Amino acid sequence: MGKYFQPEIETASREQILAIQNEKIVKQVKHVYENVKYYRDLMDQKGVKPEDIQSVDDIKKLPFLTKADLREAYPYGLLGTDLKNCVRIQSTSGTTGKRVVAFYTQKDIDLWEECCARAIVAAGGTNEDVCQVCYGYGLFTGGPGLNGGSHKVGCLTLPMSSGNTDRQIQFMMDLNATILCCTPSYAAYIGETLAEKGYKPSDNKLKAGIFGAEPWTEEMRRSIEQSLGIKAYDIYGLTETSGPGVAFECDAQTGMHINEDHFYAEIIDPDTGEVLPEGSKGELVFTSLDKEGFPLLRYRTRDICVLTREKCPCGRTHVKMSKPMGRSDDMLIIRGVNVFPSQIETVLLNEGYTPNYQIIVDRVNNSDTLDINVEISPEQFSDIVAENQAKERKLEIAMRTMLGIGPKVHLVAPRTIVRSEGKAVRVIDRRKLHD
Amino acid sequence: MAIQQISVFVENQKGKLLGTVKTLAEAGINIRALSIADTKDFGILRLITSDNQKAMEVLSQDSVVNTTRVIAAKMEDEAGALYKVLQILSDAQINIEYIYAFAASDDFGAYVVLRVSDVNTAQEILNEHGVSTLDDKDIVEL
Repeated sequence: MGKYFQPEIETASREQILAIQNEKIVKQVKHVYENVKYYRDLMDQKGVKPEDIQSVDDIKKLPFLTKADLREAYPYGLLGTDLKNCVRIQSTSGTTGKRVVAFYTQKDIDLWEECCARAIVAAGGTNEDVCQVCYGYGLFTGGPGLNGGSHKVGCLTLPMSSGNTDRQIQFMMDLNATILCCTPSYAAYIGETLAEKGYKPSDNKLKAGIFGAEPWTEEMRRSIEQSLGIKAYDIYGLTETSGPGVAFECDAQTGMHINEDHFYAEIIDPDTGEVLPEGSKGELVFTSLDKEGFPLLRYRTRDICVLTREKCPCGRTHVKMSKPMGRSDDMLIIRGVNVFPSQIETVLLNEGYTPNYQIIVDRVNNSDTLDINVEISPEQFSDIVAENQAKERKLEIAMRTMLGIGPKVHLVAPRTIVRSEGKAVRVIDRRKLHD
Repeated sequence: MAIQQISVFVENQKGKLLGTVKTLAEAGINIRALSIADTKDFGILRLITSDNQKAMEVLSQDSVVNTTRVIAAKMEDEAGALYKVLQILSDAQINIEYIYAFAASDDFGAYVVLRVSDVNTAQEILNEHGVSTLDDKDIVEL
């Protein structure tokens, strides 16, 4: 196997890619208009007909989809084909505990796995590699996506799923894993654990890591590369568009190539919705060009980034996106899990607390920590220590159920949460992930 | 019967306890008895004061406070006095959440404050066994 998984398409000329995109978008918009009532209504409201979309240049005429639409249309409202044609769902957490459910036909799964295979080959993967996948398997797209990609490349796949670090390390060492796929914070943790066990970076056979699902810095990349003795590659994706592999890094490590034959990317002004010229920093919007099960058009990712078409030394011609530089909403990514402050607010209200809280996110030893300070009221306050602590534990359990990750809850006195200009500061993120 | 105790939520931060005590001092309230329970995040200051109504009034302006009924049982000045009291409660299947002691003037002697699962029953049983307990008006006169 060479440098590319699908060399013709990955190195196609700009004109060829545009031709593919133009052909696909016309068909896709027509298909969505005819099959997805929710989106047809949005198009009708905007006065856009399928005939108005003749090329990717016309995509800007289409209405946006947001997470709120996905919630509104849950579960079947954005389904693009008969359920009998679908073979899988994947899911992610939503803002009020309602999840985003995405449907896949077998063709969708194949294309998604091909995208992941492109990422693995870009990281140097071949059918001689042993690919250890320790993203979670199940509803989360990380495990299934990379697992499928690894199969497509022909790697020997270790479907480890997340957790149980001792077992991860045992398999890694005994079965000579050469490629590691997980969140960057877990990679850092594996590196630390290896060192604690007395292994040197040269003791393992790993050569590359494919890390995504959460924000990470260049410093973190260098530190992981040193601790594991590998080259670390970024990967990007979201359940709404398929999962990991929407974009992936090559060995230039200067941004992620978007698989433009499947996903059309735009950068918009998050306030006005206007499409910004190339090279501008703004919100990333994706249009699925050939998804069948869940064909989202103009889905607003809320990730802020920059696209560049500068020639890449790797030879790939697809546009590159920068690492996301922030969010245009208040979503936090903590240990790979999407967390919205509104979810925390919902739990507090359900449990009878006032929505006076503060979220403190930090990164300690390369792992995210989540602390939630909650203002206590006289009615909830008890003179007995154990009763107050039980209240904290109860909130922690309710938060864990809602968020999918467990925070530490601390009761604090009322009016102690910092307010600036009368507005409470809800989130303190000390991770310094962005410039 | 029994007496009223005020509990104050005090954060583990510099000056918080000082501020609470200052509030009481400025209001001319005398602290009869106190105990502090501390946890990693906060402390609970439990107070019995000369004027609980006024104490609640001034403390609740800046702090989370609530009140609880607790028992103040007189301790004879002899070995085994506390043992006797706890044995009575134990025999009556009454659980103790926490306990602290204070000494009043010579005439009044020493007391233990008991936070129990069933304050009315506990008080009755103690009185039946000849253990004297204070009520709110006694506290004012201490």
